Amino acid sequence: MSIDFISPEFDVSRNESRCIKCRICVRECANGVHIFDEKRGILISDETKCVNCQRCVSFCPTRALKIIKNPNGLKSNANWCSDSVNEIFKQSSSGGVLLSSMGNPKKYPVYFDRILINASQVTNPPIDPLREPMETKVFLGKKSDVIERDSDGKIKCSTEPQIELSMPIMFSAMSYGSISYNAHAALARAATELGILYNTGEGGLHEDFYVYGKNTIVQVASGRFGVHEDYLEAGCAIEIKMGQGAKPGIGGHLPGAKIVGDVAKTRMIAEGSDAISPAPHHDIYSIEDLRQLVFSLKEATNYKKPVIVKVAAVHNIAAIASGIARSGADIIAIDGFRGGTGAAPTRIRDNVGIPIELAIASVDQHLRNEGIRNNISLVAGGSIRSSADVVKAIALGADAVYVASAALIAMGCHLCRNCQSGKCNWGIATQRAELVSRLDVEVAKTRLVNLMTAWRHEIMEMMGGMGINSIEALKGNRLMLRGIGMTEKELEILGISHAGE
Amino acid sequence: MSKGVHYRMGKLCDNGRLFVFMKDALMKREGEVRIPSGCAIAAVISRKKENIPGSLIIKAMGPMHDRSNGLGGGFAGYGIYPEYKDFYAMHLFFDNRDSRKACEVFIKEYFEIVKSEVIPTRKIPSITDEPIIWRYFLHPLMSMMLSLQLDEKSFVARAVMKINTELDGAYVFSSGKNMGTFKAVGYPEDVGLFYRLEEYEGYSWTAHGRYPTNTPGWWGGAHPFSLLDYSVVHNGEISSYDANRRFIEMYGYKCNLQTDTEVITYILDYLIRVKGLTLNEAANVIAAPFWSTINGEKDRRESEIHAYLRKTFPSLLITGPFSIVLGFEGGIMALNDRLKLRSMVVGEMRDRVYIASEEASIRAMDDSAKEIWAPAGGQPVIVRVEDERA
Repeated sequence: MSIDFISPEFDVSRNESRCIKCRICVRECANGVHIFDEKRGILISDETKCVNCQRCVSFCPTRALKIIKNPNGLKSNANWCSDSVNEIFKQSSSGGVLLSSMGNPKKYPVYFDRILINASQVTNPPIDPLREPMETKVFLGKKSDVIERDSDGKIKCSTEPQIELSMPIMFSAMSYGSISYNAHAALARAATELGILYNTGEGGLHEDFYVYGKNTIVQVASGRFGVHEDYLEAGCAIEIKMGQGAKPGIGGHLPGAKIVGDVAKTRMIAEGSDAISPAPHHDIYSIEDLRQLVFSLKEATNYKKPVIVKVAAVHNIAAIASGIARSGADIIAIDGFRGGTGAAPTRIRDNVGIPIELAIASVDQHLRNEGIRNNISLVAGGSIRSSADVVKAIALGADAVYVASAALIAMGCHLCRNCQSGKCNWGIATQRAELVSRLDVEVAKTRLVNLMTAWRHEIMEMMGGMGINSIEALKGNRLMLRGIGMTEKELEILGISHAGE
Repeated sequence: MSKGVHYRMGKLCDNGRLFVFMKDALMKREGEVRIPSGCAIAAVISRKKENIPGSLIIKAMGPMHDRSNGLGGGFAGYGIYPEYKDFYAMHLFFDNRDSRKACEVFIKEYFEIVKSEVIPTRKIPSITDEPIIWRYFLHPLMSMMLSLQLDEKSFVARAVMKINTELDGAYVFSSGKNMGTFKAVGYPEDVGLFYRLEEYEGYSWTAHGRYPTNTPGWWGGAHPFSLLDYSVVHNGEISSYDANRRFIEMYGYKCNLQTDTEVITYILDYLIRVKGLTLNEAANVIAAPFWSTINGEKDRRESEIHAYLRKTFPSLLITGPFSIVLGFEGGIMALNDRLKLRSMVVGEMRDRVYIASEEASIRAMDDSAKEIWAPAGGQPVIVRVEDERA
C-alpha cells in the first residue's frame, strides 16, 4: 500500500452460515461496502468505505452482519492515540482541513451527568401527574414591564409577541440541503402535531412547507439564503443565526453537489454553485449592528414576530447575552459546544466553545444580576439527550431547549458522523433521491411525536416528584439540583450545592 | 388552660437542650441554609374596625399546639398603635448593645426618631435567650428621600433591606404604620404571653406556630414575616422557592432568611405595591388558575386577564403546598395553593371573620362562629374593614 494507508476503522463480520445472499446489504449501502462477486457467487466487503451507520446490520434479514471495531491498530500510546496519528496521515497526504459532522465526541465532562434532581419526601407531597394537572406549557418572549389599565381600571392584555409551546422543547435549526426534504417534512408535521416549533435553518423554506408556518421558525443567517418577504412572514418567529455550537466563529459551506433542484430554488441560488455562509454577518460587526438587524426584521414583519438571536456558547457568553438582551431581541438561543452539525472543521468542532450547562448557568445569573432576565427568554441547545437533560437545563435557568441530534436519532440516524459525505443511508442527511425516499415521512413524524410525548411524560413525572405542577416553577429553580463529583468552582458557576449539602 | 400550661412547661426542657446543642454543633444559622417547615396559622378581623384584644388570637393557637414544635411563634396586629399611626413602627432584634448603637446611627441618617423604647415583655420560663427587643416610631427624612428619588414606602423598604443585609446583629422584623409583628422562639401561646399581647388592641390579628424541620432557633426566623404594612403567616413548603427567590431578588429584595414566608411577602409587596396589582390579581399570579381552567372560562375578559397574568409573571407562580394569610392596612387576604394541599377554613360571626388551619382554632376564638367553610385551592378570601371599602 503506502505510508498513507490507514487501517479501516471497522471490520465487516458476515456469518456465512446465516447469509442467504439476498444482497439487501448491497442495495442498502450507498458507500459501496458490500459487493456481490458474481463469479464466485459470494458477498465480499470493502471495509475501507464503511462508516458504521448500521444500515446493513438493521436490514439484514438473517442477522448475519456485524460491524465491529477493527482490532488491528497502532501500538497503544496514551498520548499519540490512533485518531491523532491517522489525522496526520490524512493531512500530510491531502494538505486539507479535516471535516467532521454531528457533535463533539471527545471526552470532555458532561455536566448534565454530574447533576442530580430532587424529589419531595414528607415535608411536602409529591404530585401524581396521573391524578392532578401537570402543566408544561411555556411562553417565550419579553415580559411586560408596566401593567397598563384602561379607564375602568381593567388590565390591558397586550403583550410583546410571544411563542406558545405545549412543552419547553423545540426542534433546532437544520437546513433543507443539509437534511432531506422528507426529514424536513417529518419535523414540520411533528412540530405541528405536538404544538411546538421546528426551525428552517439557513436553507430557506420549501414552498410545500409554508402550510406549517405557525409552527416554524425561519432563520436568517450570514448567507441570507432563501430570505425574502414571504419567507419572513411565513414563520411564527425569526431567528438570526450568529453562530453554532459545533463551529463557533466559522461560517458554513454547502457544496455545489448538494445544491440541486429544489434545494437551489429554495436557497435562491444557481444550481451547482457552492452555498457559502460567511463567518460573520457582513452587516453585523458589532452589537449596535445587531440591534439594527433585529429592528429591520421587526419592521419588515410589523412587530408581530419575536426575534431570536442564536449564538454559540463561547468564553464570554454571559456578557454577549447581556448585549443581546439589550439589542431588542426577544429570545436568545445558546448552542453549546456539543451541538451537532452537517459539516464542520474537526479541530473547531472538537476544541472551540464551552459546555451548554455552564453557559446556561452563567448567562441566566448574569442577566439576573443586571435585572434584565425578564426582557428576554433563554433557549439552550447543544446536546440535550433526554428528558432529564431538559429538566436540568430548565432548573439551571433555560426557558426551553432546542433538540436536533435527538430528533435525527428518532428518525433513524445512527450517529455515524458522516453527514458531510451526503451519502446518508438513512435518507436524512442526503439529497440523493433514492436515499431520501428511504425516509418514510409518516413513520419519521410518528417517531418524533412518540419521542417528544415520552419525554413530556417523563418531565411531568420528575416535576411531580419535586412537588412542582407547572414548568414555570421549575425555571431557574436551582435548589432542585445537586452536583456530584464536582469542584467548588464548578458548583459555583452552576449555582448549585453538592449532593449531601 | 392550666392543662395546657403544664404541657408547655414540660416542653421547656427540650427547648433548652436544643439551644445548647445548637451552640455546640457546627450548625448553620438561619439564612445560611433553607429550612422547610410545617405550621399552624390563624387570623381574625373585625369588619367594623372594632378593637379585638391580643388575648383572643392567643386562644386560637391553643388547640393547634401540636402543629408547632416550639421553635417559633408569632403574631401581627393591625390598628395597635393609634397614637403613633402616622409613623413607621419599626421592631428590631439586636444581638447586643453595640449592634443597637450602630444601628441607631444608621437609622438617624434616614429617619427622624419620634419615639424609641424597649418592647415590654414578661419573663416566663418557656421563653429564654431573648435578644434585645426594641421599637422605634420613625418619620423618613425628606432630604434623604429626595436625594434617593424614592417614594416613601420604597425608601422605608430599602432601609429595612439595608439593615437586615448589612448591619451585623440587627434585624428589623416589623416596619409598617399602625401595626406590629411580635415573634420569638417558643410555642405561639407562650410568645403571646411573653409579649403581653393582652395589653394591645387591634382590628385584625394574624398568628403563626412554626414546625421547622431543622432547628435554627433564631428569633428572626419565626413568623409572621413582614415588610411595611404587609405581613404574611404561612403554612406549607413551596416547591417553587428558588425560582421565586431568584426572580424577586432582581428587584431589590434580598432573601436573607431563605424561608418561604419571606419570599412570599416580597412577592406580594412587589405585585401589589410596586406593580399595582389588586389583591385578586396578585392571587391569580401566585396561585394561578390552570391553563385548562383559563381556556374554559366563560367570561372572555377574565380568561384574557388570567392568561395575561400567567404570561407576564410566570416566575412568581408558587407551587407546592401553602396556606397563607396576608395582613395589610385595612384588611386580610387568605389564600391556598391551587391544589389545596394544606388545610384552611374560614368562619364568620357578626362583623368578624375568622381564618385558621383548623376549625377547632376558630371555635376557640368564637364557639358561635357560623358558616365555617373551606375555600377552594387558589380562591382568595379577601376581607376589608368597612371604611376602607370605598
